[in-house]
Amino acid sequence: MHFDAFDRYHEKESFIHRLDPRVKVVVTIAFIVSNALLPDGAWMAFVFAWLFLLAANIFSRLGVAYTFKRSLVALPFALIAITVLFSIPGKALFTFQLFTSNLTVTDAGLLRFVSIIIRSWLSVQIALLLVATTRFPDLIHAFEHLRVPAILTTIIAFLYRYLFVLTDEVFRLLRARESRSAGSTGKRSGGGVLWRAKVAGNMAGQLFLRSYERSDRIYNAMLSRGYSGRLYTLNPHEMKSRDYFVTAFAIAIIFIVQIIGRL
Amino acid sequence: MHYSPVPMHIPDGFLSLIVSIICWAASAAIIGLAISKTNKALGEKQIPLMGVMAAFIFAAQMINFPVAGGTSGHLLGGAMAAIMLGPWAGMLVMTAVIAVQGLLFQDGGLVVMGANILNMGLVTAAVGYGLYRSAATQPKNVKLGVAGVAAWLSVMTGALLTSVELWLSGTSHLQVVIPAMLGVHALIGLGEALITVSALAFIMRSRPDLLGEDSESAKGSRGWIWAGGLITLAVILFSPLASTDPDGLNRVAMDLGFMTNAQSGTGPFAGYTVPFLAMTSLSKIAAGAIGVLVVGAIIMLIGRGMKAKT
Repeated sequence: MHFDAFDRYHEKESFIHRLDPRVKVVVTIAFIVSNALLPDGAWMAFVFAWLFLLAANIFSRLGVAYTFKRSLVALPFALIAITVLFSIPGKALFTFQLFTSNLTVTDAGLLRFVSIIIRSWLSVQIALLLVATTRFPDLIHAFEHLRVPAILTTIIAFLYRYLFVLTDEVFRLLRARESRSAGSTGKRSGGGVLWRAKVAGNMAGQLFLRSYERSDRIYNAMLSRGYSGRLYTLNPHEMKSRDYFVTAFAIAIIFIVQIIGRL
Repeated sequence: MHYSPVPMHIPDGFLSLIVSIICWAASAAIIGLAISKTNKALGEKQIPLMGVMAAFIFAAQMINFPVAGGTSGHLLGGAMAAIMLGPWAGMLVMTAVIAVQGLLFQDGGLVVMGANILNMGLVTAAVGYGLYRSAATQPKNVKLGVAGVAAWLSVMTGALLTSVELWLSGTSHLQVVIPAMLGVHALIGLGEALITVSALAFIMRSRPDLLGEDSESAKGSRGWIWAGGLITLAVILFSPLASTDPDGLNRVAMDLGFMTNAQSGTGPFAGYTVPFLAMTSLSKIAAGAIGVLVVGAIIMLIGRGMKAKT
C-alpha cells in the first residue's frame, strides 16, 4: 500500500490550497459552530451558508460540486434524528401506521428534522474541503500552533505515519485467513460464530504483538538518529497579511449569515 | 478507502452547541489529566509507542468476522486499548484514533468531536479498565471473563451516553433512542467482548510479560476500580429510569436549561437570542456581547494583516 492511501488531499494550485492551514482550521470551525447556532428553519441563512461553501469550492479549483459529491457520508446517521418528526407537538401533516402505533408527522417536527439534516450536511462539506485542500501533516501542524498539546499532535502524526503500514499488516492477516478457509461447495466453511470470533481475536492479538514490537524498533531507530521527544518540520508556517484578511473576511461573512438567520 | 465506519460517531449538526461545549470541556479536562499522568510515568519513549498503538487500534477495527445475514462483528477498541496499555495511555490512544477518524474520514464531526472522544474513548477506557483491574489478582479465566463483561459494558456505556447527548440536544426522542441504541450496541458489544477476550488470551499465552505484574496494564491505581464501578452503577440505574420515567427526565433537562418547550421553541422568528440561554433579556445581552467580540476580532485580524508582510 502506498503511504498516501488514506490521504484525502487533492493537489491543485489554488488560492485556498495556499492559505495558511491555521486559517482554514479556524474558518472551518467557525462555520460549523455557526451552523450549530442557526435557529431551526432559518432557510435564507442556510442558503447563504451554502453559497459560502460553493464559493470556497470554486476558489479551491476542485469544482463547484466537489464537496457535494462526497457529502453523503453522514447521511445514515440521520436515522437517529427521525424520531423528532413525530415527537414535537405541532400541526399534524399526515399520519401513518407502523406496526401497532399510529405515527403523526407534525410541521414543527418536520422543520426540526430538515434543519438538523441541513446543518449536518453543510458542516460535513466544509470539513471535506478542509482535508481536500490541506496536507494532513500541515493540518496537524496547524493544530499544534493553535495550542493543541504537542503530545497529542505527535501521537496523531505517528498514527497517520504508520496507519498504512499496519493496514498492510491487517490485509496480510485477512488474506492468510481467507487462504486457509477453503470449503467444499454447498457446505459452509469455518466453525460457528464463537470459533470465528476467536480467530478474529487471535488476529487482533497477533496484530497487537506485531505493532508493539514494531514500535520498539521504530523508537530505537529514531533514538539512533537523534530523537529527543520532539518532531521538527521543514515547512514552518507563517501567517501572511493575506491570511489575516481572508480570516477576517470569512468570519465577517459567517457573522452576516448569523444575522440573516435571526432577522 | 478500506475503512468501515462504526455506527456511534456523531456528525456535526446533531448536537446542540451547548452540549458540544460541555462534552469538549469534560474531554479536555480528562485528556489534560491523562497527558500529565503519562508524561510523569514515562519519558519520550511512550510517544512513538502510543502513536503506533493508535494506528494498531485503527487497523484492528478492520478485522471482522461474519456473524449472520451479511452482518459482521468487529472492534471499537476502547476497553482493549486501556487494558493493554494502561488507562491513561489508552485514553490518549483512543483520542488520537477518534480525532483522525473525524478529521480525515469525516466519520464524526469536528465541533462534536469532544462528545465522540468522551463516548468512545474516555468512558469506554474507564469502564473497561476499571472492571478489568478489579479482577487483577484472580486466576486467568476469571480475569478474561471479567474483561469480556468490561468490554461489553464499555460499549453499552458509550451508546447510552451518546443517546443522552442526542436527547439533550433535542435531536432524538428519549423513549426511542435509548432502546434503539442500546439494542443495537448490545449486539455490537458482544462482538467487541469476544474479540477482546480472545485477543487478551492470545497475548497472555504468547507474551505474558505484557499483561503481567510489571506491565503498564497492572500499574493503574485502585481508584480505577471505583471509577469503573461507579460509571457501571450509574448506567445500570439510569437505563431503567430513562424507560420508566422519561417525563421526569424531560422536566430535569428543561429545568437545567437544555430544552425549551418545543412549541414556544426556536422558530424562524426567534429574534436576537442565543438558543441555549433561557432568559430572553440575558440572552439578548449575550448575543450583543458576542457580536461586539466578533467585530473586534475582525478588526484585529485586519490590523494584523496590514502589519504582516505579504
